Amino acid sequence: MTPSHELVSTAHHHVAAAHVWGWEIAIYLFLGGFTAGLLVLSGAARWRTGDAPRGAPGFALASSGLPAVGLAALSLGMLALLLDLAHKPYVWRLYLTVQPRSPMSWGAWILILVYPVLLAGVALDPPAALRARIPALARLVRWADDARVRPGLGAISIAAGVALGIYTGILLSSLGARPLWSSGLLGPLFLVSGLSTGAAFAHLCSPVAAERARLLRLDNLLIAVELGLIALYLIGLGSASAAHASAARLLLGGPYTAVFWVGVVLLGLMLPLAIQTLTTARRIAHTPIAPVLVLLGGLVLRFVLVFAGQASQWSPL
Amino acid sequence: MTRLGMVIDTRRCVGCQDCVVACKTENRTPVGYHRDWITYATAGRFPTLTLTIQSERCNHCDDPPCVSCCPTGASHVHRWGGVVLIDHDACIGCKACVVSCPYDARYIHPDGYADKCTFCIHRVERGQEPACVAVCPTRCMHFGDLDDPESEVSRLLASRRHHANLPEAGTGPRIFYLE
Repeated sequence: MTPSHELVSTAHHHVAAAHVWGWEIAIYLFLGGFTAGLLVLSGAARWRTGDAPRGAPGFALASSGLPAVGLAALSLGMLALLLDLAHKPYVWRLYLTVQPRSPMSWGAWILILVYPVLLAGVALDPPAALRARIPALARLVRWADDARVRPGLGAISIAAGVALGIYTGILLSSLGARPLWSSGLLGPLFLVSGLSTGAAFAHLCSPVAAERARLLRLDNLLIAVELGLIALYLIGLGSASAAHASAARLLLGGPYTAVFWVGVVLLGLMLPLAIQTLTTARRIAHTPIAPVLVLLGGLVLRFVLVFAGQASQWSPL
Repeated sequence: MTRLGMVIDTRRCVGCQDCVVACKTENRTPVGYHRDWITYATAGRFPTLTLTIQSERCNHCDDPPCVSCCPTGASHVHRWGGVVLIDHDACIGCKACVVSCPYDARYIHPDGYADKCTFCIHRVERGQEPACVAVCPTRCMHFGDLDDPESEVSRLLASRRHHANLPEAGTGPRIFYLE
């Protein structure tokens, strides 16, 4: 197209097309990533405890009900996703086909894998009263706690979580028409952000001090990695084509700059990292403020990327 | 292989919007939605200005991102002519295709499914031209097989300077504008 100073289009839907995806997608991507984090954490705990008896120190995380929280979060996310669909009665068409080039198709099938893993996580960790009442359930839990079975179950949970976490980022980065999303780094970024929000939630709720301390250190590491990934992502966009550089400017001086740098980087990552570093150094007591900020930061990250991404384009229209 | 495409002469187009109205009449698109539209691009600095008018629509790309991102296969490449079409009964309205199109050629129909230009495949299969091409009063629009070197579109492209919209998006657009 001729470089222009003014471009007028008669297509009314272009005005509406700027933001096709709304809050539903941002909420879903956040809750999907959060669930991925919970799956990886509870899976890793199950894996690492080896043959430690139920109730032993270090087992708290493996039996802390994270899969139940994940089940609720993912179901809420799926509800948001369903609300976003414009042709809802046809949603079952997702499951009549496998489209290898469509990350959304992988996602539909990954969710089919993730749900049973979450349900198993809930079923394998029933309240003691229920275990005493139902002998079959007690036998199932004994089987799952067996040292030969436990790491395998943990590994399945980790794999399901990683697949879920990465796909939520790849979903956006595969849509090349929006230059802000044209980065493979969105996959690891969303995965690490999901892990970090999961770890934040776990240490927010964990009743065991030693475990809280371990999760705090893990979350600090994840936040640092996330900051690094954000820097690489912006450097990558800024040094690519004019369209990508102009997309990066949405976050570097453009309309999404304040919410990104204040909401995500400062309040969502750097401030909680500072607070949690002071906590691990035993300078201040454990506070719920930091993990709540991490969770909110993860949510704002999805909102900023979903909305700013749709505002980025190849054409001047 | 037949590769259907369009060649539009920007030196002849006067931006009358007959193509827009013809499409609306032929395809009964809902109020407020268009499968084709006109862009008026003004370049330069007063008083040395140039105006380029283009009739735009889905580019029926060689490597259509709307087809590869579709999770149900509703967006597909037609068996003949490489025309990109949508099976409305397989579309779940997820809008990935709308977001994936660098040309913003798609919209969500009020009935819930994604919709866009079909190159009037229902007319083309009967041997007619797309409605927008058929009505053009300045005869600035040409439709045919880009893979056939003897076709009118191929000969025009071989003999005139031309451009496509946003080739840098890498989707292989098949609507060309003669300069």
